[in-house]
Amino acid sequence: MAEYKKPENEAEFIENFKQKNPLMNSTQAHYESSRCLYCYDAPCMNACPTSIDIPLFIKQIHTGNVEGAAKTIYDSNWLGNACGTVCPTGVLCEGACVYNEQDVPPLKIGRLQNFATRNVIDSKKNIYEPGKENGKKVAIVGSGPAGIACACELRLLGYKVDIFEAKEKPSGLTVYGIAPYKITNEEVLDEISYLQNQLGFSINYNSEIKSKTQFQELENNYDAIFLGLGLGPTAYRNIPGEDKEGVFGGVEFVEDLRMNHNKTLVGDKVVVLGGGNTAMDVASESARMGASQVSLVYRGTKDKMGAYGFEYELALSAGVKGIFDASPIEILGDEKVKGVKFKRKNGEEFIIDSDMVIKATGQAKQKRFYDMIDRLELDSASKIKVDLDTNQTTNQKYFAGGDAINGGAEVVNAAYDGKLAAKGIHKWLNKNLK
Amino acid sequence: MADLSVDFAGIKSPNPFWLASAPPTNSGYQVMKAYDAGWGGAVWKTLGMPTINVSSRYGSVNYRDTRMAGFNNIELISDRPLEDNLREMSEVTKRFPNHATIASLMVDTREQWIDIIKRVEDAGAKGIELNFGCPHGMCERGMGSAVGQDPVALKTIVEWVMDVANIPVITKLSPNISHITDPGLAAIEANTDAISLINTVKSIVGIDLDTYAPYPVVDGKGSNGGYCGPAVKPIALHMLKDLKQHPKIKHIPISGIGGIENWRDVVEYILLGATNVQVCTAVMHYGFGIVREMEAGLVKFMDDKGYKTIYDFAGKALPNVLEWKDLNLKYKVKAKINEDKCIGCDLCYIACDDGAHQAIEIPNEGSRIPRVIDENCVGCNLCALVCPVENCITMERVDDGTQFKTWDQLTNENEIPNTWNDSRAGGKGHYVPDPLLALKEIRKDKSGERAKKAE
Ligand SMILES: Cc1cc2nc3c(=O)[nH]c(=O)nc-3n(C[C@H](O)[C@H](O)[C@H](O)COP(=O)(O)OP(=O)(O)OC[C@H]3O[C@@H](n4cnc5c(N)ncnc54)[C@H](O)[C@@H]3O)c2cc1C
Ligand SMILES: Cc1cc2nc3c(=O)[nH]c(=O)nc-3n(C[C@H](O)[C@H](O)[C@H](O)COP(=O)(O)O)c2cc1C
Ligand code: SF4
Ligand code: SF4
Ligand code: SF4
Repeated sequence: MAEYKKPENEAEFIENFKQKNPLMNSTQAHYESSRCLYCYDAPCMNACPTSIDIPLFIKQIHTGNVEGAAKTIYDSNWLGNACGTVCPTGVLCEGACVYNEQDVPPLKIGRLQNFATRNVIDSKKNIYEPGKENGKKVAIVGSGPAGIACACELRLLGYKVDIFEAKEKPSGLTVYGIAPYKITNEEVLDEISYLQNQLGFSINYNSEIKSKTQFQELENNYDAIFLGLGLGPTAYRNIPGEDKEGVFGGVEFVEDLRMNHNKTLVGDKVVVLGGGNTAMDVASESARMGASQVSLVYRGTKDKMGAYGFEYELALSAGVKGIFDASPIEILGDEKVKGVKFKRKNGEEFIIDSDMVIKATGQAKQKRFYDMIDRLELDSASKIKVDLDTNQTTNQKYFAGGDAINGGAEVVNAAYDGKLAAKGIHKWLNKNLK
Repeated sequence: MADLSVDFAGIKSPNPFWLASAPPTNSGYQVMKAYDAGWGGAVWKTLGMPTINVSSRYGSVNYRDTRMAGFNNIELISDRPLEDNLREMSEVTKRFPNHATIASLMVDTREQWIDIIKRVEDAGAKGIELNFGCPHGMCERGMGSAVGQDPVALKTIVEWVMDVANIPVITKLSPNISHITDPGLAAIEANTDAISLINTVKSIVGIDLDTYAPYPVVDGKGSNGGYCGPAVKPIALHMLKDLKQHPKIKHIPISGIGGIENWRDVVEYILLGATNVQVCTAVMHYGFGIVREMEAGLVKFMDDKGYKTIYDFAGKALPNVLEWKDLNLKYKVKAKINEDKCIGCDLCYIACDDGAHQAIEIPNEGSRIPRVIDENCVGCNLCALVCPVENCITMERVDDGTQFKTWDQLTNENEIPNTWNDSRAGGKGHYVPDPLLALKEIRKDKSGERAKKAE
């Protein structure tokens, strides 16, 4: 039984993908901010990968210094607005709030964060100025959260920054990957323009860096290079029938959805393979696009799923059905998908009829690039190796961060990495000078 | 960007944020930690006559879910050996030569004052604050507020101090007095360099309903304490204004103290003429870290308004604080309810009907959205104050702004009402409902819409 009717137009799409975390109004922000205890060595702050001074910005909201609150947030996290809505706050800051110990709802930190950041973004009030030009240049490959964060921080330090981006929009998976009910495209892009307008880094779109020559050119023209490449397309799973029409990769499906909204083609009976957060998102999204039946099939047991519990709950509430202990052994059909055959651990086999299969089984690591850069080492899981204090790679001229070094985490981790790398670059270039 | 540094009566400080003389400045450890956190100065916990402190020392007024909206204590001046304090003070002043480390003092005889001033000067103190405020314990021994309440004694001691002190002297006043200008003038006559205020207000914050002892309880008994924290700010602001408007006192720098917790409080103190602020309770509640919020907020305020230093706006509110007799009697406002914002709590209705001027009604059966009866509204603000929704009830100006008449002018023109039934009096002819309508049974009989609602 479908919970959602297929959206025929943008208005219906917006209705089906209603924002999970709508903006607070000032009355809500006033009451909510009054609850903060201003804890010492605040657990919420310690749980934030970018260590935003949460009690400070909440107090600033409460005393009417909303712009100051936004500054406190951006001082630690250049994707402060995106993070406010897309961070899994329940397992980060809000999960650590001391109120949980009393079974009292924690502070709505993410919502308050957006209250502050949206205030400056919407009013276009600049709160930063680029640092004094220091004559040095840094190239950044990839304009995802890691690349953007690195660019902002470098501009504060006075570097000239050029970003090279394969796609036509900035912010990487924040605009191309994250579920549309978490954040709208406009909201993502508004934050990037807000930052770009005051800090002035350049982004070259449709400019994939894909050859050794191109990397060498960057090395010749720039003092340092930051790699914010993220991960690659959905990995091939070697399931017989995987090439049939109607089989899609998870990230590719979401990208299509983010860009084309209600015009995205979604089957009537959808099978989603995987047990991670991407699988949960994709299943929810298919259901919200009006599929009459969405089966989320995971090979292990429910408790082994990599996804957060709340993401699974969200998928269930959208009408998704969870099926466990079932591995896909063949995708059936002639040219087009007709169904998927699964096998349980006890050998039992069964078929789920379907006209669309989405593999949310993980993105490929970007190994191909690393042959193009000399002395760049990868770890055993094909992630770029970096020094944890500076995010410098084994080739000193290159720094890296985000999904490319952590194998796929959250926007907030990429934001942290980008900033750390910028400081690492600054340290390294200034040491070299002496 | 704004420059926060101050020169307070010759005492230089990187910013106007000082810790008040109190437990947060009890030791070198705390003062250094505070400077490290961003405070510009600290008035050391009062040094002087040896004391013993009781156990259980603080009490508080918790208002709804707000803890320590008011705070009181029965603590005395420092009970640590003078030697230890002085050694730590000199460590602090050596390490932080540009911070305002001030010694707060309270002793008894002239000899003692001369001796202790010499010693704190040797320890590198940048200034001296005279504690004439402590309203418990010390006053029973003829010091603290016993001096603060006796302008003649205060003047004598300040004169002793001014005779020998080589560093600036701040006289800290007690609020436990009818006219703050009396001790203020005494301090000026004795040539003090600056004044700080307020110290704590005599108080009892509550009584234990089982043991009948006042808080804080010491072995089943208690004593009056000194009240401070957010609750005392209005009292302090008023006293600051009185001093800053007094022709013989206003030239003197004043350090504002009492209930300061965030940047707004700081700005308010400066607008009434303080050129530095001191904080105790807020730090006792949240630690030294709160200075970050104060500093960021103050800087933003100054940048927004284009002020370079705090002297650019210090005292700017003073010309707007007048005597009542000089206020414009022709200015009229009336309450206006924004129906779109109203959530129908009807607090405004009952506040006005029971507590003010019966100028709000609940018109339609079924609707909880009240309506202002313009003819009855005297523009008192009560409804707007009780309304829980921001900007839902606004007070709108209704006079045309062309007329100006004060009580003072009326007096000069011999136009003030002077008989019991004088038609020039304000409330004459003002609507009040029939008194009997107040009674439930009669209201029922009349069964008027508004009457029914009043139940
Ligand atoms: C389906 C899905 C849902 C998610 N949901 C959430 C969520 O709810 N909350 C959350 O916090 N995180 C979520 N994430 C994770 C989050 O989006 C990523 O962790 C984050 O975007 C990583 O940032 P990044 O900068 O490292 O990489 P990316 O965002 O992947 O950005 C990399 C950028 O580099 C560009 N690029 C790559 N190679 C080249 C090249 N050779 N030349 C030029 N440009 C290149 C890419 O086009 C891209 O723009 C989700 C991820 C997915 C896949
Ligand atoms: C526990 C406690 C002890 C205090 N001790 C002193 C003191 O030794 N000397 C003094 O001048 N003031 C003392 N004070 C008063 C404070 O310095 C300050 O004037 C008062 O608390 C008002 O400021 P606040 O509202 O920020 O707390 C004390 C206050 C408290 C709460
Ligand atoms: S843990 Fe909760 S109450 Fe404490 S500072 Fe953080 S948000 Fe405020
Ligand atoms: S605050 Fe510290 S000194 Fe005071 S009662 Fe608690 S533990 Fe003891
Ligand atoms: S107090 Fe405010 S919200 Fe409540 S009824 Fe009156 S106008 Fe409406």
